[in-house]
Amino acid sequence: MSRRRIIPGFGLSLGFTLAYLGVIILIPLAALFLKAGKLGWSAWVKLLTTPQVVAAAKLSFGASLAAAFVSAVLGLLVAWVLVRYRFPGRRLFDAMVDLPFALPTAVAGITLTEIYSTHGWIGQYLARSAAWLNEHWQPGGRTGDLLAEWAKKGACYSPLGVFIALFFIGLPFVVRTLQPVMEDLPKDVEEASAMLGANRWTVFRRVIFPAILPALITGFTLAFARAVGEYGSVIFISGNLPLKTEILPLLIVNQLEQFKYEAAAVIAASMLIVSFALLFLINLLQRRLNWRAR
Amino acid sequence: MKLPLLATASALLVLAASCKPSAGSRHTREADTLLNVSYDPTRELYAEFNAAFAKHWKETTGQAITVNQSHGGSGKQARSVIDGLEADVVTLALAGDIDVLHKEARLLPADWQAQLPDNSSPYTSAIVFVVRKGNPKAVKDWPDLVKDGVEVITPNPKTSGGARWNYLAAWAWAEKQFGGDPAKVKDYITTLFKHVPVLDSGARGATTTFAQRKIGDVFLSWENEAHFIEKEFPGETEIVYPSLSILAEPPVAVVGKNAEKHGSTKLATEYLKYLYTEEGQEIAGRNFYRPRNPQVAAKFAATFPALELVNIRDAFGGWEKAQQVHFADGGTFDQIYVK
Repeated sequence: MSRRRIIPGFGLSLGFTLAYLGVIILIPLAALFLKAGKLGWSAWVKLLTTPQVVAAAKLSFGASLAAAFVSAVLGLLVAWVLVRYRFPGRRLFDAMVDLPFALPTAVAGITLTEIYSTHGWIGQYLARSAAWLNEHWQPGGRTGDLLAEWAKKGACYSPLGVFIALFFIGLPFVVRTLQPVMEDLPKDVEEASAMLGANRWTVFRRVIFPAILPALITGFTLAFARAVGEYGSVIFISGNLPLKTEILPLLIVNQLEQFKYEAAAVIAASMLIVSFALLFLINLLQRRLNWRAR
Repeated sequence: MKLPLLATASALLVLAASCKPSAGSRHTREADTLLNVSYDPTRELYAEFNAAFAKHWKETTGQAITVNQSHGGSGKQARSVIDGLEADVVTLALAGDIDVLHKEARLLPADWQAQLPDNSSPYTSAIVFVVRKGNPKAVKDWPDLVKDGVEVITPNPKTSGGARWNYLAAWAWAEKQFGGDPAKVKDYITTLFKHVPVLDSGARGATTTFAQRKIGDVFLSWENEAHFIEKEFPGETEIVYPSLSILAEPPVAVVGKNAEKHGSTKLATEYLKYLYTEEGQEIAGRNFYRPRNPQVAAKFAATFPALELVNIRDAFGGWEKAQQVHFADGGTFDQIYVK
């Protein structure tokens, strides 16, 4: 017990850590659950099973998972390009990856809406091609409805818009967690495997990918966690149509507008529980992967 | 083992530091500042009015004062005041948002609306239609909003005060049109909201959607906001006055408890009373709010055409009831979207 630690001040720093954890995370969260607890169980269940909350939960978690997944795939590509290749403007691109971190979310939301609506740079072509596809291909059914919706609104005011906003804010998390790991990958391992007869795909699949997978999962987790809680950028592009494009954080704000603090706390606490469960599962998965890699 | 001692000590230190009273909570004895907590589209109005009032106060009492402003969505502003934003006066979009200051926090008396003339609303507004230049979809009145191919822009009544006025205006017209037949009224409102492609969270957001992003054919808007769009985007829009609209009465009130604490009760009351003077009324008119004073209103007759208006007390039994019936969870607005 009396073993000297190499770096002094353990007691002091632990005290600070605990105090800050308490003040900044635990006390507010405890207050949230206390507030939510003022409503009984039956009220919780009733509130959480209303069609609006169910639809919003599906959209919030579904779009966040999709956005985090696509961010993981494309983020891997971006990180790969930035780490492995030297080209003019690389540093500029590298710096640009961070922009979604720095931009106020409302600005991001308004800008994305501007670009993806039917009058925007990208939205008008998307709308036109969707209309063209629908006319010539005539898929009918759900695909047809989807194309008709895009033709009418561009990418805005639909679940697609929510996805775009969440992807925008999620991508840098993946790139930034992958980059340092990829930079540290020893070259000689790849060379050795190539000399042992592995082709490029095998080198990537068997040597590189397992090494960066934990970082990739971390990036995915961060992107997902951020996306679930995102409010500012989404409400501008989602259109906020009840049962169609409402996200859970918007329903929380709706409850606050009606001065129903308890109901808002119930939705928030439930979101937190679901998110925590998902994050915990992902962490568990990551542990297992790390352990197997050893 | 000395860990717990040091750890506890440093933890206590941090806690103590974070509990120290903030420097901002000191008050000057004789109040020379006011905080007016208002809603979104009144920025221009109160910028002009505050300067005029400060000048008037200096001339009559010799005291120099400053009026600080806070703007935001009306409901959000009310919540800030309940949660501790120390407003001396509130000037919000609807009476319901001031009622909650009494109900939730007892910051002012229940009969606050009787303390100033005209239900404490020194100026009024109405809900009007804004259309694209030349009115290409020929929108003249409420039935035209549900014609094929017409898209209507309005913010979300759950989050926007202005949108609640829009909703009630449409409801009032339908009620009159269909002789109060509830099925037909609901049918009209449901069809109307099928023509709404996006529900922005606030009035200014909806203005951007319509005017800047060019989405939709008709924008349901405060009359003052409609004039603001004409000023900001000249030659792009026109205002259409429907056959029937609702009298929007944005109310003002002294937040008694805060004013007492700041010693600003007299100043705050005089400030609000000044809104009713000829100068106050003219400033309201210049900023596209309809003045209450008939002589001043006559001067602005060209800006504000005569319009048939219902008011919320007679048509809906007041804000509290309207909120319960239409906008609370499970109210008529929620029913539109539940199949």
